Amino acid sequence: MKRLNEQDFLEWADQYLNEELSKSEILQFEQYCIFFPEDAQLFREHKEFLSIYKKNQHRNEFKKALHQQKPKKAKKQATQVISLSAIWNRLKLNVAVAAAIAIVSVFSTLWLTGYYSTLKKTTSDYSALRRDMNNVKRNVNAHNAAIRSFNKDKNSDETTHYGATSFMITKSGYVVTNYHVINGADSIRLQNNGGETFKAEVIFTSPEKDLAILHINDSSFRSVKQVPYTFKNRDSDLGEDIFTIGFPRDEAVYGQGYLSSSTGYAGDTLAYQISIPVNPGNSGGPVLDKEGNVIGIISGKQKGIDGAAFAIKTKALMETLEDIPADLLPTEIIVSNKNTLNHLSRTEQIKRLQDYIYIVKVY
Amino acid sequence: MSKENSDISIDENIIQAIRIGNHQAIEHIYKLCYPPIARMIIDNQGSTQEAEDIFQETVMVFYDRVTKSEDFHLTSKLQTFLYAIARRLWLKQLTRGKTRYHKDSVDDHLDLLIAEEAIEEHKALESKLAHMESAMLALGEPCKSILHDFYIKNKSMSAIAEKFGYTNPDNAKNQKYKCLQRLKKIFFQK
Repeated sequence: MKRLNEQDFLEWADQYLNEELSKSEILQFEQYCIFFPEDAQLFREHKEFLSIYKKNQHRNEFKKALHQQKPKKAKKQATQVISLSAIWNRLKLNVAVAAAIAIVSVFSTLWLTGYYSTLKKTTSDYSALRRDMNNVKRNVNAHNAAIRSFNKDKNSDETTHYGATSFMITKSGYVVTNYHVINGADSIRLQNNGGETFKAEVIFTSPEKDLAILHINDSSFRSVKQVPYTFKNRDSDLGEDIFTIGFPRDEAVYGQGYLSSSTGYAGDTLAYQISIPVNPGNSGGPVLDKEGNVIGIISGKQKGIDGAAFAIKTKALMETLEDIPADLLPTEIIVSNKNTLNHLSRTEQIKRLQDYIYIVKVY
Repeated sequence: MSKENSDISIDENIIQAIRIGNHQAIEHIYKLCYPPIARMIIDNQGSTQEAEDIFQETVMVFYDRVTKSEDFHLTSKLQTFLYAIARRLWLKQLTRGKTRYHKDSVDDHLDLLIAEEAIEEHKALESKLAHMESAMLALGEPCKSILHDFYIKNKSMSAIAEKFGYTNPDNAKNQKYKCLQRLKKIFFQK
């Protein structure tokens, strides 16, 4: 058998591998390989090389087809699903931030516009009315005080911007105001319309009547002239012309109205309902009739009802004065019984009154 | 035929198609397996582009597994198997250059073990064929096309001679031999 050159042998080998040979030729090829082991080795190497080559080619074709698959329909459907979730992924943070800002701004707006304090007030009003159903008849003034102390607390927080009102009972320096005004006070200052300030001390309080009796114990205080008004013990009639002077601000403010009911908040018989515009700071102010008799002391108003203010009757004041144990009093209380305001014009009455009405500043 | 059985036969058909080089199988695989894998990757800090890349590598791993031996059979659904591979590949990409991921959290599943094995094989084959690939690049035209036409497309020498403008098949045969020798030379040189 004659040995072939490499090229011819590999040509033959390719034919063998491609199965192009007839049966006898296959046999011939295999015999040749046995006869020439070097060529047999060459054949194995060739075969191995070709298999790697073919594998690589097939694989590349597959890969190419795979990459070309990308823009086709099947992928499009997938990307639609994906792009949605991709958008969500991208915007997730923005959405979270926007939501957080929205929540913060909603609640801060509610807070700034006083929604929460309104809410609180409403609930406190509501609960007061509920208690009213149960035991209010026994202790109405305390309730009044509780409701109104809400306003008062606010005032005392703001030091003396508003304060309250008080007025003289005797020329020796006894002064009356509301209990809720001085409740919890560290020190009390009274300021007259001339701007002078006097130190005052609490002599006696009656929380249930919402009254407090103070005494000016300041060395600079000089006894005043006789108090110009008297205190009317009898109940006044409905529709009576009344007026008051108070300090809802630093200047004295005159208010005029009429007596609208003979009972106070929730049927309190120790108070009147009056129709005078009053504001925080009017508390403790005197209510006088047209002759200049003190018929009551302004104590508060009912929220949510227009023109419903309340004044404690003079009778309650007198009872309180009688209740004071004698040993608590620095000097005896002698209530004036001479009315010098009678038959004066209203402006004249007010002029004379002003010296006896004080701003209460509670610290 | 129950649905499960039909699923299995579809999977088997796909494997057969890949073995004989029928590229229509790719479209099926895309339709069947791409959406869940893409979602998994995009939900885990990936982009659409990365999802496509991972998916294609996944299919190549699968291709290598299928073409390696005739007796390869899926132990689970094709979707599950590809998902396991893709998950593993993505995990590797995410943890590249960082601390190794916690093996114990995922390794307890048979599918994942097979997937891991398939990926290893795929990497080995890839580096082996990279050699051939660079040799092919160095070979250049027309040798590349001549060899491709002859060995892959099984074209006759006379057809090749006609296509590449050789006067007779023997000239083409000589040319093919020279090309093959050159390719071998480049391949074994490296």
